[in-house]
Amino acid sequence: MSTMRFVTPDGLPAFLAFLARDGRRVLTPQEQSGAKRAVVFAPWSEGMPFTLEKATVPAKHAVLPQCETLLRYKNTRQDDGTRSLSLDDRPEAEPTVVFACRPCDARGYAVLDRPFLHGPYADPYYKARRQGLTVIALTCAKGCDTCFCHWTGGSPASSEGSDILMTEIDDGYLLQAMTPTGTQLLAASALPDGSERLAEAQAARTAACNSLPPAPKLEHTPQDVAARFGDLAFWEQWTERCLSCGACTYFCPTCYCFSITDEGEAQSERGGRRLRSWDNCMSALFTREASGHNPRLTKAQRMRNRISHKYATYPENWGAFSCSGCGRCIAHCPVGLDIREIVLACARQPAAQEAQP
Amino acid sequence: MSVLDGKELRIVGFLCNWCSYGGADTAGVARATQPTDLRIIRVPCSGRVDPLFVLKALFNGADGVLVSGCHPRDCHYAAGNFYARRRLEILKRFLPVLGIDERRFAYTWVSAAEGQRWQHVVTAFTRQIHELGPAPRLEDAEPLLKVADMALTALRPLGSGQSAALDELKAAIRSKLPELDCVIGWQQGRDAAHHVPLFMRKPEDVDKLVWGPFNVNNPAVYLPSFKGKKVGVVVKGCDARSVVELLQENLIRREDVTIFSMPCEGTLDMGRVDQALGRYTAIDQVAYDEAGVTITADGRAQRFCMADWAQGKCYGCATPSAVLTDESFGASAPVEAKATTPPELAMLDAMSLEERRAFWRGQMERCLRCYACRNACPLCVCRDYCVSDSRDPHWMTQEDTVKEKLFFQTIHALHLAGRCTGCGECQRACPVGIPILALRQQISRAVGELFNGYAAGMNPQDVPPLLGYAVVEENIQEQDWK
Repeated sequence: MSTMRFVTPDGLPAFLAFLARDGRRVLTPQEQSGAKRAVVFAPWSEGMPFTLEKATVPAKHAVLPQCETLLRYKNTRQDDGTRSLSLDDRPEAEPTVVFACRPCDARGYAVLDRPFLHGPYADPYYKARRQGLTVIALTCAKGCDTCFCHWTGGSPASSEGSDILMTEIDDGYLLQAMTPTGTQLLAASALPDGSERLAEAQAARTAACNSLPPAPKLEHTPQDVAARFGDLAFWEQWTERCLSCGACTYFCPTCYCFSITDEGEAQSERGGRRLRSWDNCMSALFTREASGHNPRLTKAQRMRNRISHKYATYPENWGAFSCSGCGRCIAHCPVGLDIREIVLACARQPAAQEAQP
Repeated sequence: MSVLDGKELRIVGFLCNWCSYGGADTAGVARATQPTDLRIIRVPCSGRVDPLFVLKALFNGADGVLVSGCHPRDCHYAAGNFYARRRLEILKRFLPVLGIDERRFAYTWVSAAEGQRWQHVVTAFTRQIHELGPAPRLEDAEPLLKVADMALTALRPLGSGQSAALDELKAAIRSKLPELDCVIGWQQGRDAAHHVPLFMRKPEDVDKLVWGPFNVNNPAVYLPSFKGKKVGVVVKGCDARSVVELLQENLIRREDVTIFSMPCEGTLDMGRVDQALGRYTAIDQVAYDEAGVTITADGRAQRFCMADWAQGKCYGCATPSAVLTDESFGASAPVEAKATTPPELAMLDAMSLEERRAFWRGQMERCLRCYACRNACPLCVCRDYCVSDSRDPHWMTQEDTVKEKLFFQTIHALHLAGRCTGCGECQRACPVGIPILALRQQISRAVGELFNGYAAGMNPQDVPPLLGYAVVEENIQEQDWK
């Protein structure tokens, strides 16, 4: 029986303050108003407001920052005239708690873990951050029009990738530990036991799962998508309105492509930094070679890569989709491209292609 | 040795090789006493000074920037400084919206013989910078989140556009379609409350065409990619101005483009609408009335009156009907002739420089550099060859700092100076709702003030102001160095 705790809405700030103890960085969804409201994960400190809404931007940056320094180098002149090079490539990782992300976001960490931790090479920078990460996911009360987590093997109440699953019940939230890290954390907290509320939480989870329309069967999708590889006309037809921006990939909890650049520092003598920053396959620059040749010159080829990676090659390598169905690529696309339609269209016979985007 | 007391500040000077650099040399040879804060960068001509040089310096710790070239009519290359004068004057009027004091930047003319004038200019400018003190840094500001007041009155009645002659428009497109590669318009997207671009190639595609306040996309963004093909485009008034601007710049050919238009009654601010709808699993119904739409989501009906829920740009729109069209259907309601300030710009106008820095600091922090703003812009025609992605010249790093992110916005805004028609696609496309249109609007306002009310995309024959010059500029008052 896993460890369970109950917390009232009023008790959440105290729980967050507990999480923030021992120098842990606590990322909570926070509302930021601009031309439209955005909810982003930002470091929380005592007294700050927070929200439990689904964030506009997933908390991927907790393990894969938008930009991070891989190493610092310095080339210094010694007294005897020789030069010496010093390198500092220690990962910068702060113990972090992601609080109230959604199950789709938590499943994103599971997707990222496979290539970064379980492949032939474990990425030391990712690993350092991931080992210090605790994920508290909040069960979605109901799905929404762009959600399709249940297509990809998840659900509004999935615990994959979460250390603690938090579920809204009548007068508060049930926190259920899903991993040893979660158990340890909950056991150390001052919250009262919540075991007797489990049935309520389970009912809420079931209701959330039932709020989504039935999902299509995607067991043949990897083969169907792979079979479309040579059908460039198909991809051209579906990407006609694509603007080749990076909104779909940068707001995705499972996209992990990056670029590495070196930046010399004007202020220091022959020093500089090596940066790793997000990159995206929708940009023409992603594959442009030094010669000027670009193997993925058109947006159709680039979209084919994105969909194929998520629904064909990643599943082939790791046995799961590289998509958690959070729907942000649909909600944030400036031209309303819908990955669900493209994935379904891949399975249709060429004769049925009249159903144009 | 500094002639001014106290600590030296960092002032960058861009001097043209032929006049001002010579002038500085003359002053030096004459042993004229000068402050030593200025660091000189020699350039071939003041026309070589990209306004971004100045911004890059100011963003990276310069306390002041001075540009000096040959006197007008005395340019070594005949006209370099005439172009520079227009660009630099626009830059000067752009700086305050970013929260930078415009007095930190000056441009002037000093000839090679004017050693004394050089001494005077550099002393006066250095004194001015010392009076202002070290430049405050963007990253030191405390983030300020503020929302524009959207309670606005439109220059014409806004509506749901449902009385438009959509059937006639469809018939016209069908009859023209055989001559065209495709016609770009709008269709229903993931539900009836979201419309997306449509590419009509076959007569049956025309059935999907929709018209109304959900038609937020600007179809002109796709036109340059159809180079050499005959293409039709259905436009709202604002979209038509983008088409005209593309024609002004010879980026598309008039004979290749067929423009279909109907008067626009305004489009919805989908950011605010989606926020009001909240999380829903399905749209049950979208019902139009004359003045708005009622959206029923998960059994809950909400009415969105166009007068309250339109995009900010629609309230001040003076061109609901296309300024250039081949086939148009219907006429728009009369538009009140009145100067208006767009909502976000009005909000920034009311702020102090410090508050503006704090505002941009707070807003830009959540930018993910996805470049949806750039790619949704119909006039960002460099596409895959944007300078912001370039390593040579190395304008930007990949860092996710507020400074880099805002610097990109200045690149976009300055590259659109005198070209931006205010379609607002940059801001609409931003997934995190950063009100970046205000930066373009400030430049457009400056262009209007300097060039007798010039507005981009009104007449295909107009030369964009930054592609030309006048020997005597009517409205540019240059700094007096007394």
